[in-house]
Amino acid sequence: MKMSGAQMVCEALIAEGVKTVFGYPGGAIMNVYDEIYKQNSFEHILTRHEQAAVHAADGYARATGKIGVAMVTSGPGFTNAVTGLATAYMDSIPLVVISGQVPLSLIGTDGFQEIDAVGISRPCTKHNYLVDDIAKLPKIIKEAFYIANSGRPGPVLVDIPKDITAEIADFKYPKDVFVETYKPNYKGNDRQIKKAAEAILKARKPLLYVGGGTVLSNAADLVKEFAKMTQIPAVETLMARGVMGDSNPLLIGMLGMHGSYASNMAMSETDLVISLGARFDDRVTGKLSEFARYADVIHIDIDPANIGKLVEVDYPIVGDVSIVVEKLSKLIKNDIKPDRYQAWREILARYEELHPLTYNDSNEVLKPQWVIQRIGQLLGEDAIITSDVGQHQMWAAQFYPFDRPRQWINSGGLGTMGFGFPAALGAKRGVPEKTVINITGDGSILMNMQELVTASEYKIPVINVILNNHFLGMVRQWQTFFYDKRYAETDLSYQPDFVALAEACGGIGYNVTTKEEFDKALKDAIQQDKVCFMNVAISRFENVLPMVPSGGALYNMLLEHKDQ
Amino acid sequence: MEDVRRVISVIVMNESSVLARVSGLFAGRGYNIESLTVAPIPSSDLSRITIVTNGNKRVIEQITKQLHKLVPTLKVIEHEEMVEKEMVLVKFSSDQNIADIQVLCEAYNGGIVNAGEDMIIVMAADESKRIEYFLEASQRYSPLEIVRGGIVAIER
Repeated sequence: MKMSGAQMVCEALIAEGVKTVFGYPGGAIMNVYDEIYKQNSFEHILTRHEQAAVHAADGYARATGKIGVAMVTSGPGFTNAVTGLATAYMDSIPLVVISGQVPLSLIGTDGFQEIDAVGISRPCTKHNYLVDDIAKLPKIIKEAFYIANSGRPGPVLVDIPKDITAEIADFKYPKDVFVETYKPNYKGNDRQIKKAAEAILKARKPLLYVGGGTVLSNAADLVKEFAKMTQIPAVETLMARGVMGDSNPLLIGMLGMHGSYASNMAMSETDLVISLGARFDDRVTGKLSEFARYADVIHIDIDPANIGKLVEVDYPIVGDVSIVVEKLSKLIKNDIKPDRYQAWREILARYEELHPLTYNDSNEVLKPQWVIQRIGQLLGEDAIITSDVGQHQMWAAQFYPFDRPRQWINSGGLGTMGFGFPAALGAKRGVPEKTVINITGDGSILMNMQELVTASEYKIPVINVILNNHFLGMVRQWQTFFYDKRYAETDLSYQPDFVALAEACGGIGYNVTTKEEFDKALKDAIQQDKVCFMNVAISRFENVLPMVPSGGALYNMLLEHKDQ
Repeated sequence: MEDVRRVISVIVMNESSVLARVSGLFAGRGYNIESLTVAPIPSSDLSRITIVTNGNKRVIEQITKQLHKLVPTLKVIEHEEMVEKEMVLVKFSSDQNIADIQVLCEAYNGGIVNAGEDMIIVMAADESKRIEYFLEASQRYSPLEIVRGGIVAIER
């Protein structure tokens, strides 16, 4: 069938089963928007900033497990989208982002709204394309969707010059996709898997180190079963919160810079690390030479480049977590003796008793940890929690009772402030039956607050719980600990009226200073079908603890809560 | 871990911006490039990029893995048993002893490739180490210009 390049884009999105596109129009992408106007197969959500469009597509992808799609124009439209691409890239989130480009004849002439999009996005996409021939367009879009969500997932950019979207050509969307140079390995090497199984049977203090790849691979049930069968305790990374389930007796907690004492001690004393889709990030390992220093390492990862990158690995297994864990289970099913690790589990239980994850609650002032626990008590499994970046993010990761994968959505790798609100919009659009709460701070929320308008227009009732300490709290915490309390540019005492701000954009606002007010506001917000800003005044100098100072060994944690 | 020198061949799709993907990867991740050559592979839609790099064992392993991860990369060959050659062009004044220069070039698989009124151009093609010796020896004839070509390698 003959059609324009712009029509091809729409037809391809429809063929891929896309239901929602987040985007922002502009000159170079107008032809495509004209075709979007004419069709009814997918909805388009007009965010109020291109960064938010990509974060929303990202939140949609994380919540649903499907590919998120965003669309932007050339030049500033694209550069605004770069933070979104980088955020998704660092957390391996499958996105297809389509950007307009100046016409082919203008490329390289510094044309109006021209920027080298494939050049800029090369280090922050899994792959990218500049479409230089309309004949290639259908195949490129097909490949983009395939590459985004296969192997180690990631964002793919398709940059389309304006004249290509206007040109008419034959359209036949390929059924199959074959990229000769791209063949992810899912199965894992059977010889290595066998060796790993033997190592597990021989270990005395094995530990499951569960990472975000477990979520991406939809392996949570298999991993939980594996843990149950073997009775091997587990620690979760920030990106894996929810995989094991909050009430799982084998879950020790989150490890890393703000991990629990027991989790970090478990990693420091284990004799066999079983890494499942985790990548030994510096915020997890602390000082590398001291990390898991008594342990052999089984590293299961779909990306071979992650294996041996930071930590010496004894049993490297390149493969999909689901498939490899299933194979491991079969191999050890008959020989495993869960009693073997009883003493180890008791040691860890004692560590948990010794220094549980805790805080000093107060009746004078709201404590952020209480707020998060309270949301957990009231909503638990029924909520999807997104977050921005900072103290509130760590408190949410520590204190929310996450019960399932994809319940917790945050920017772990890039650490993007401003991610939470638009990601919450995407998550709510993808999973409308859940209550979606963005736990944020008074710094982060301002970085994409224009999305109040989007949320109001499309009636996406996301609840933003702003844990307001009038500080850029995490930086302030480092200044307190390591910079002799010189609070350089972190005091946010000058504040907007958050309630008025929300109302001005068609939402509702609450000012909350007590536990009673919080309960009342949250219950009311859940009833309302409106986006809201809940401005929660919390204790100003609360610190996130435990804390492993940057570059320190995981077992050297600051533990004490001293109220200031 | 001590640094080692490695010659790596990357077989890639011959498409636009593939060299930028490879060189950008080296720049972005802080790997060294000592030399880089690239040319299409005859009667195919592939190109061969030959890179000389150095780093410790872990860095070299990361380089090959990261190169392999690039979507247009078909194959990464970390050469162990190989023949490697580098070409160099040198310009001398014709006032120099041309007979001596010719003998020197022949010792390094080369010869005079162009002669003008007031200068001659010679070439040599040999292993990098031997090219160094050649250039050292040629100093005594006061070379006017030296152009080195980067390394190509082939597995034995």
